[in-house]
Amino acid sequence: MNTLRKKREAILAFIVVAIILLVAVRAPEYLAGNNIANILSNWGFLVILVMGQLCVLLTRGIDLSQASVLAFSGMFLALLSQAMPALPSALYIALAILMGTALGMINGILVALIGIPAIIATLGTMTIIRGLIYVLSSGVWISSHEMSGPFKSFPASALLGVPTVFLVAVVVTLVFWMLLDHRRTGRDIYAYGGNPDAARNAGVSRVRIEILVYALSGAAAGLCGYLWAGRYAIAYTQAAEGREFAIIAACVIGGVSITGGRGTVLGACLGALFIAIVETALPFLRINPFLQLAVIGAVILIAVAANARAERRPGRQILPRTMPSAGTSS
Amino acid sequence: MEDLAPLLEVSELTKHFGGVQALNGVSFRAYPGRVLALIGENGAGKSTIVKCLTGIYTPTSGTISIGGDVRFFSRPQDAADAGISAIQQEPSMFDELTVAENIFVGAQPRGRLGRVDWAAMRAGAASVLDEIGSDVAPDAIMKNLSVAERHMVSLAQALSTDSQLIIFDEPTAALSQAEIRHLYSIIESLQAAGKAIIYISHKFDEIFRICDDYSVLRDGELVGEGRIADVTGEDLIALMVGRTLNEIYPKAEAQIGEDVLRVTGFSHPTEFNNVSFHVRKGEILGFYGLVGAGRTEVMEAVFGLKDRSDGSVFLDGVPINITKPVDAMRSGLAYVPEDRQRHGAILPFSISSNISLPQLKKVARSIFLNQAAEDDLVDDFAEQVSIRATSWRQPVAELSGGNQQKVVIGKWLATNPSVIILDEPTKGIDVGSKSAVHETIGQLVKAGLAVILVTSELEEALGISDRLMVMAQGRIVTEFERSAFSSEAVVAAAAQGVA
Amino acid sequence: MKIGALGPWELGLLVLLGAVVALNTWLSPYFLDIYNLIDSTLSFSEKALIALPMALLIIAREIDVSVASIVALCAVVMGVAAEAGASIPALVLISMATGTLAGGLNGIIVSALGVHSIVVTIGTLSLYRGIAVSIVGDEAYTRFPSGFSWFGQHYLGNYIPVEFAIYFVATIIFGIFLHTTIYGRQIYAIGTNPEAARYSGVPVTRYRVVLFALTGFMCGIAAILLTSRLGSVRLNIATGWELQVITMVVLGGVGIAGGTGTIVGVTLAVFLIGLLTFGLSLINVPGIVMNIYIGLMLISAIALPRAVQALRKRVSTSR
Repeated sequence: MNTLRKKREAILAFIVVAIILLVAVRAPEYLAGNNIANILSNWGFLVILVMGQLCVLLTRGIDLSQASVLAFSGMFLALLSQAMPALPSALYIALAILMGTALGMINGILVALIGIPAIIATLGTMTIIRGLIYVLSSGVWISSHEMSGPFKSFPASALLGVPTVFLVAVVVTLVFWMLLDHRRTGRDIYAYGGNPDAARNAGVSRVRIEILVYALSGAAAGLCGYLWAGRYAIAYTQAAEGREFAIIAACVIGGVSITGGRGTVLGACLGALFIAIVETALPFLRINPFLQLAVIGAVILIAVAANARAERRPGRQILPRTMPSAGTSS
Repeated sequence: MEDLAPLLEVSELTKHFGGVQALNGVSFRAYPGRVLALIGENGAGKSTIVKCLTGIYTPTSGTISIGGDVRFFSRPQDAADAGISAIQQEPSMFDELTVAENIFVGAQPRGRLGRVDWAAMRAGAASVLDEIGSDVAPDAIMKNLSVAERHMVSLAQALSTDSQLIIFDEPTAALSQAEIRHLYSIIESLQAAGKAIIYISHKFDEIFRICDDYSVLRDGELVGEGRIADVTGEDLIALMVGRTLNEIYPKAEAQIGEDVLRVTGFSHPTEFNNVSFHVRKGEILGFYGLVGAGRTEVMEAVFGLKDRSDGSVFLDGVPINITKPVDAMRSGLAYVPEDRQRHGAILPFSISSNISLPQLKKVARSIFLNQAAEDDLVDDFAEQVSIRATSWRQPVAELSGGNQQKVVIGKWLATNPSVIILDEPTKGIDVGSKSAVHETIGQLVKAGLAVILVTSELEEALGISDRLMVMAQGRIVTEFERSAFSSEAVVAAAAQGVA
Repeated sequence: MKIGALGPWELGLLVLLGAVVALNTWLSPYFLDIYNLIDSTLSFSEKALIALPMALLIIAREIDVSVASIVALCAVVMGVAAEAGASIPALVLISMATGTLAGGLNGIIVSALGVHSIVVTIGTLSLYRGIAVSIVGDEAYTRFPSGFSWFGQHYLGNYIPVEFAIYFVATIIFGIFLHTTIYGRQIYAIGTNPEAARYSGVPVTRYRVVLFALTGFMCGIAAILLTSRLGSVRLNIATGWELQVITMVVLGGVGIAGGTGTIVGVTLAVFLIGLLTFGLSLINVPGIVMNIYIGLMLISAIALPRAVQALRKRVSTSR
């Protein structure tokens, strides 16, 4: 559709492959089966969260509460499994999505109906929800032996060596891709983010769109919360704290614009993969593992700079295009 | 036409904004298969009517009927559902989406299971675009399109929804001659298909060429209507203006002296090329052209708001280096921008804070603001441009458009400039404020200032300029001395483009 | 825009502050103890110091979420310098210089790229924290010169903490700067309408860089106080501060859209949060639970006026 955009995604994919190969040459064990599974599940977690965040960013919003929702959902379900060990895995999935949706809708209502700027509203709910986890759990950690079998079995399982988390992420990605690229609602999200006034004139409801995207973002975070707690067999108040920035970073690296209306499912997936690769590769390169954060920071800045350069326009086209002096950039 | 039922009937339409009356009991009709010219000066109420008809504004009172049924538009979608669409002067589109999506936004064709049918959407877009003879690709991204192409997409959008009434709001302002001819043929075929068309334009040649009926607005009221075939251009001007030209454009007699500002070879990669001009003490240099001819861009470059690729500026014969607005201000330049709400004034700020902003050092003791000094400065200049306000502490947002413009002009006069650039200073303000602004301009040149007046209003350009530069497509195409002014020659020069 | 003028927001904060004081007094007999009260300022003085320039940034339509990382970076650089035997004045200068550079870099990147500062500072948040963390690793710097503890642990005249005195003076300076100088006026102009400010000759880019650098500088000062108070630097130093600082500023009535807010409001919000936190700690409420109250306060403070306004609008249009 857009050659520029496709080119950017191709470049990102190329860089990711190059990094993988480079790491594999220096440390072949990086591509060992269990490590690949590790990368895939890491990527999977990030992709699920990033899909929700993508929708919010497309509408010019931001959701800082995802990591808190994740931890809350994980803790709530872990406690539930402790209290009622007989519950089946499927129920946890449903509850996780439901609970995330409900929490996300609170953000949506604050932003869409009350008109609180997204960054403030989600900053507030992020703090509140994190506190509620503590209240809920009285600050204790729920660890593996306190969780029921069905709670842990699904998130920790694998199909032909592929971690379930990754498979779930694939499904989630397909759902979001269907929504964003093949549903009117999805196209409305793009239209609204690109030009809110024109979108409203075209009959797009701001309130509906905004509540929807925050609900989706919350649903993704809620689902992730269950998978996270189950896979790592631990639930605690500080789970995934600080992760919100990595999620937004993945989006930015993937070419999603924070000013709305621009960004693709594919780009966001690649951005998430990039972060997952960097996070998992550094230890294998025997690079100071503490440098990981600095590397991600530098990459965000480079990605932002590259996007800004690509988007910069020389000015209005007033001179006739045929004139020799007008033959600048395209 | 009496035997034909009107498609649109507007009756007693009134719209107030706070205390300002934008429309006062306006009634008119549009018939299927006919083109109605909506004529009036800037600020006469044309765009308010368009906004009422497209559901952006809700009228204060009055009714809009389509095919005999009274309709209420509480949102734009209602107007679209009623079969009304408008092609705006600068269409507001979705820049990141494709042309096809822009055409079908909110009404994307859907296939199985409610999926958006991309193939059908592309095909539908291609066929509508083909219908109007546009070669824009359905898959092109909107932001890469030229203004003319955007108009075509906007038109395609109107046609795709099968609108019965199509409003063209100054559609040819940014088009080349060839594009304009093409637009005429499209309008003719729409007419043949039985659509009703409202055509808003300032250009009489095109009104006489394509319109059947006219309605003239002045100060929010309907002042005349009838068949185009029964009137002359002079008749229409008389209706629009309500008095003769000399009355609203009294030419100030000032002593013209030496060159003050000389600009040579100004160029920009995409916006203007090799622009040179000079202005003298006591002179009003007009800059006329169609909207989007590049005049504002040149002035912004002169004032250091925009980078240029080439060109120099001389003040009193001495080359000066302008790379940012402060440089221009230090050299005695002032620039009153075209968009006063976005660039001219800080609306929530008070009148006095706006006026003192370019030169806070003048109203401060060392770095601390001095209220008394600020009041003195404001007293002098707010008075000079006769701003009507309850107090100088009143926020500019609360003032009428005309008084807002006076604040911006006063702000720049306070910097004591030797050259002042006025970019469309009377756009969208009421007649009273307009003549006040013209009076101020007259006083300025009498006091020895050099004035550069950018205007798209022919009467204004011819009425008060001493010399006139005409720009088209980023270049200066002709220069007229006052003795050689003729509306035909100036309009022809401005429309001169690459076909 | 006058210092002395209290807007409705500031009055609202004042009422809330009164309520918190009354509630705390009722809940705990130890609350109204002057020594305790003054001592409690230690828990927020450092963050409040950063809230001052952050208010200026947000008024100018920018934001810096990398502040906690800058504090960490400054603290670590000081730690390294202290291990190398730097003197106290040298440590102070090093911290302030590091902060100013880091903040200035934020400003330069934001200006050069022309992108929203939240994206850039999310990047530098990781970058600065990452650099700090990779220097300090699992270790801790604890060998600071003996007199270094003065900043964070000393009391003036035996009961005013040095930290609080510094914060107090800084508040006065920022208040005067923002509300009485031409620079303050221009900051409001930039935040209200950056384009119109640029068209009026306000050097918008220069302000942006300077304000970010100023924020970094204040982070440097906060890092000195924090390091001095704790006596050690670890990798998790000052985590989560960015959000607490932004909460103080926004609760203080500084609009995220730019152009509105006062130092008085921010100061009231600082004390509101500080006293609420202190009161709750007296009745043994854990920090993380206090955050619930602070978060609720933040959201309701923004939501209530909007809800009232919306209601009023509905009533007036239905007439």
